[in-house]
Amino acid sequence: MSAAPQKAKPGAEQIPVTVSAVVPLNDLVTRFEFKRRDGKPFPTFSGGAHTVVTMNDDGRTRLNPYSLMSDPSDTSTYAISVRRDDNGRGGSLFMHTRVNVGDEMTITYPVNLFSLDLRARKHLFFAGGIGITPFLSMIAQLELMNGNWELHYSVRTEALGSYVDELRYKFPNKVHVYYDDKSEAIPLEDLLDGQPLGTNAYVCGPKGMIDWIHATAESAGWPDAQVHSEEFLAPAPGKPFEVRLCKSDLTIQVGENESLLEAIERSGVEAPFLCRGGACGQCETNVVSYDGEFVHRDHWLDDEQHADGSKIMPCVSRFVGKSLELDR
Amino acid sequence: MSKFQFPESIISRPVYGTLTSRPGKAHLMIADAEGAEAILDLAVQDAVLMAKSHIIYIPKGTGETYTTKLRALKPAQFYEGPSYEASVQRLRHVLANAHQGLQVYLAGTEGLMGQAQNEAMQAGIPHTSIQTEHRGSVARRMQCVHCKGITEDVMHDPFQCAHCGLHLFVRDHYSRRLAAYQGVRVDAEDHGNIPEPQELYS
Amino acid sequence: MTIQFNEETFRDDYSFYNSDWAIKRFPFPFHEDSYMYSVNMEQHRGGPKGSVYEMRFDVDEHYVSEMKDRELVLADDPLRCQSLPHMTLAGWDLLELIMVSKSEDYPDLFELHRDGNHWRWINKPLGIDDTFTFLDETTLPYGPMEYITRQAQGDFCVLDQRDEMLWMDAGMVTTQADWSLDFDIGMNFFEWHAPVPLAHEMGIFKRALKFLLNVQQGAPARRLNWTMTVNPLLDTSPENYHKWGIQKTTLTPENLGAKQHLRVELQTFFRLPRSNALVFPIRCYLISFQDLVTIPKWGRRLHRVVRDLPVELATYKGFIDNRPMMLDYLSKFDDGLPTSPGVFPDLDTEPPLSG
Ligand code: HEM
Ligand code: FES
Repeated sequence: MSAAPQKAKPGAEQIPVTVSAVVPLNDLVTRFEFKRRDGKPFPTFSGGAHTVVTMNDDGRTRLNPYSLMSDPSDTSTYAISVRRDDNGRGGSLFMHTRVNVGDEMTITYPVNLFSLDLRARKHLFFAGGIGITPFLSMIAQLELMNGNWELHYSVRTEALGSYVDELRYKFPNKVHVYYDDKSEAIPLEDLLDGQPLGTNAYVCGPKGMIDWIHATAESAGWPDAQVHSEEFLAPAPGKPFEVRLCKSDLTIQVGENESLLEAIERSGVEAPFLCRGGACGQCETNVVSYDGEFVHRDHWLDDEQHADGSKIMPCVSRFVGKSLELDR
Repeated sequence: MSKFQFPESIISRPVYGTLTSRPGKAHLMIADAEGAEAILDLAVQDAVLMAKSHIIYIPKGTGETYTTKLRALKPAQFYEGPSYEASVQRLRHVLANAHQGLQVYLAGTEGLMGQAQNEAMQAGIPHTSIQTEHRGSVARRMQCVHCKGITEDVMHDPFQCAHCGLHLFVRDHYSRRLAAYQGVRVDAEDHGNIPEPQELYS
Repeated sequence: MTIQFNEETFRDDYSFYNSDWAIKRFPFPFHEDSYMYSVNMEQHRGGPKGSVYEMRFDVDEHYVSEMKDRELVLADDPLRCQSLPHMTLAGWDLLELIMVSKSEDYPDLFELHRDGNHWRWINKPLGIDDTFTFLDETTLPYGPMEYITRQAQGDFCVLDQRDEMLWMDAGMVTTQADWSLDFDIGMNFFEWHAPVPLAHEMGIFKRALKFLLNVQQGAPARRLNWTMTVNPLLDTSPENYHKWGIQKTTLTPENLGAKQHLRVELQTFFRLPRSNALVFPIRCYLISFQDLVTIPKWGRRLHRVVRDLPVELATYKGFIDNRPMMLDYLSKFDDGLPTSPGVFPDLDTEPPLSG
C-alpha cells in the first residue's frame, strides 16, 4: 500500500531512562532499577517479558537482553537483575562495574518470548539460579489475577539465593527452594506426577536443567506444548573472523568479544534484530557463500537449515574458517 | 478393512493419523464402530498398554462384532455405550479427574473423534497431543452457518439442514470447537435452484 | 476538527453516503494498475494529515451510524461477539488502547480521566459517560472487549500468541467480508486463512505470521485488503448470506454505479501489553463506483485491476459473475492514460478523463 512509507527501525522501540537504584544482592547478582527520563509512566507488560539494555562501553555499543523482574503493573519503575559473568563478553561486567545511580541509559520496550499460557489450570515454575528473574514478574501478574502457581527454585548456596527470603516470606506455601551445596534436588518426577490436566510447566535456567525438564516431562507423557522454556543466550565470545557484506559492499572484522550482529552494526550497516538472543528470528540473514564451519547457537533455524549453511542468525552465531559472504 | 484416503484439502480440514502407543501414566481410548479396529491394532503394538487403559466404545450398529474382541484385550476399564451422547457424562467425569500425562486415543468416524477431541481440549489437553485415526463411515458432522444447527452423518452434497430446512453445500472448512464442517445455503444467489445431491467423495 | 456525523443506514433503504471529504480520503487500495496478494505490511505510525492513516483508530462521519448498525446485528445474533475465558485480560488491554488513543487523538469527542484504577470515560458522539474500575468486570455493562468495541468502528479480532502461533480466541465481528467468527474462533492463523486461494502456495501466510509474531509493543503495523459488495451492506456475514446473497443478482447496467461498492479494509496490528495478545482491528470503508470514478486516477486504475484480476481471486471475492457488467461500466472511465504511482488521488497532477 505505502500510504506513507516509513523506514522500519531495527529492534524494539527505545525508552531513555536514568538508573535510579543499584542494589547488590549477593556476590554475583545486582539489581538495577530504572526511571523514565521524560517522566511518563512505563508501558505495562506481561510476565516473562525482557528488555534490551544499550550499554555504551567506551564507544562500543553493547546490547544485552534481561528479563524484567518488576511488577508488570508498576509503571513507575522497571527493574532487572544481572548476574556477573566473569568469562562472558563483558556486558554483565560492564553493568556491575561501570553503571551507577544517576547514569543515563536506553532500554527497549518490553518484548515477550516467554509468556504465560493464560488457559493453564495451574502454572508450575522451575527456576535455576538467575533464571528466577522472569518468574518474579509472572508471579506478580498471577497474584493480581488470583492465578494458581507454584515455584521450584534451585540455587547453589544460601548466600547465592537471590530473592529467596522475599519469596518465602510472601508466599510460604507456594515457594520451594533447593540448595545444591546441601545436595538437594528438585523432585521432578514426583512433581510432574499427579498435576491436574491443563497444568503448564515453565523452566528458566541453565541448559542442562532445561533439557532435563523437557526430557522428564516427555517421558511422563506431558504434551510438549505445555512445557515452556527460556534460555537466554548471551552471545558467546569466539575467535575473530572476517565477513564480506555483499549488499553493502564492505568487508568487516568480527572481534573476539563482539557478536556478528554487533560488528555489522559497528560498520554502520543497519540490520534487523529484536531479541538478540537467537529466539525471535528477526535477524535471519542469507549466506551467499562460505568456506569453513558455522557455529550456530540460535533456537530459530531448524537442524536442516543449520546443516545446509544457507542462513545464519548473527545475533548469537559465529563462523570459523576461510571466508564468509552474507547478503546484507 | 482398508482405510479411506481423504483427498488433499485446505489447511483447516483435519488430517488423521495412525494410533501409536505413547508414554503416559494413563490411557483413554474412545472409538465408535470400525474405530475398534484401530484400538485392536494399537493393542498389538504395546503389550502392557491395556493394563493402564480405559476404553469407551460405541458400536453404532456394528452389534457384537467388535465388543467381544475389545473386552478380550482386558483393558483396566471398558464401557460400551448406546450412543456418543450417552457416554459424554462419563467422559467428562474421567477427564475432570485425570492428571497430566494422560494419553488420549480417538478412532472411528469424524463426528465422534471431533466431539471427543473437543471434550479433551476443554479439559486442558492441547489438540496437538490428541491422537486420531479415521475408520469406517466417511459421513460428516455439519453445522448450518445460518441457523447454527448441527446435522449428523451427512453423506451428500448438497444436503438439507435438519433444523431450518435450507439446502446447504458442504465445505471443507472445519471448526475444532464445533467439531463440525460448515454448511452454506447452496441457492443463496438463485433461490430454488438446488443441484442434484452427490454422494461425498464420489 | 469537528466531524459532522451522517444520518444513514447500511440495510433496508441503504441511505449510506460518502461526503466529498470522505471520498477524497477514501483508502484506495491499489498503488499500481494490477493486484496480487503480497505481504503488504508497513508500520502504523500516522500518515498524511486528514488521511485515514493519520490516527491510531480513524473516526469518520459514519461513526454513529456504524455503531447503531452494530447494535442491531448484536441484538439479532449475540454470537458475533465472543471471547474465550482466558482472553478477558486482553479485552482490558484493548479497552485501554482504544480509550487512550481516542481521547488523545480526538480530544473534542472523547475524554478519559484516570485516577489509579478508577476510570471515567466520556464518549460525546454516542452520549456515554461511564465510571468504572479498570480490571473489574463487574463495573461494566459488558465484558471489556464488547464494551469498547460497541464504541469503535470496524471489526476486532483478538489473537492469543502461543507456541509461535496466533489463535483467534476473541473477537467482535459484525462488518466482515463473508467469514464467521463463531465458526473460526479457536482456530490458528493458517486454519482461519484456509479458504483463501493461492496465498498459501505463495508462502504469504508463513511470512506474514513471522512478521506478526514479532509486532512489538509501541510499534503497530497495518495493511489493506479489499473486496466488492453490492449495496452498502456492512454485515456481509455467512450467517446472513442466505438473505443478502440474492442482492448480488440485482445489478443492472443502469444501477451499477450506485449499487456496486468497493469495500476496503484498513487492517492494523497492535501488541497488547498485559496479555501479550495481538489485536487486529479491521476497519471497513465502502465507496460506490459512481463516487470512486470522480477521482480520475482511481477510475482508470480500478478498471485495469478488475479486468486483470486472476479468476481465482474474483471467484473468492464473490464477483466473478458480475465482473463483465462491472467492466462495461468501468471501461467508460479508463481513457488509457498512464496513472501515477501510489494510492493517493493526485487531483492536482493527474489529468481529467479525456474524450
Ligand atoms: C492476525 C491477523 C489476521 C486476521 C485475524 C485475519 C483474518 C482473516 C480472515 C478471517 C479472512 C477470511 C478467510 C475466509 O475466507 O474465511 C482473511 C482473509 C485474508 N487474509 Fe487475513 N487475517 C490476518 C492477517 C493477515 C495478514 C498479515 C495477511 C498478509 C498478507 C493476510 C492476508 C489475507 C488475505 C490475502 C486474505 C484473502 C482476502 C481476499 O482476497 O479478500 N491476513 N483474513
Ligand atoms: S535478533 Fe532475535 S534471533 Fe537474532
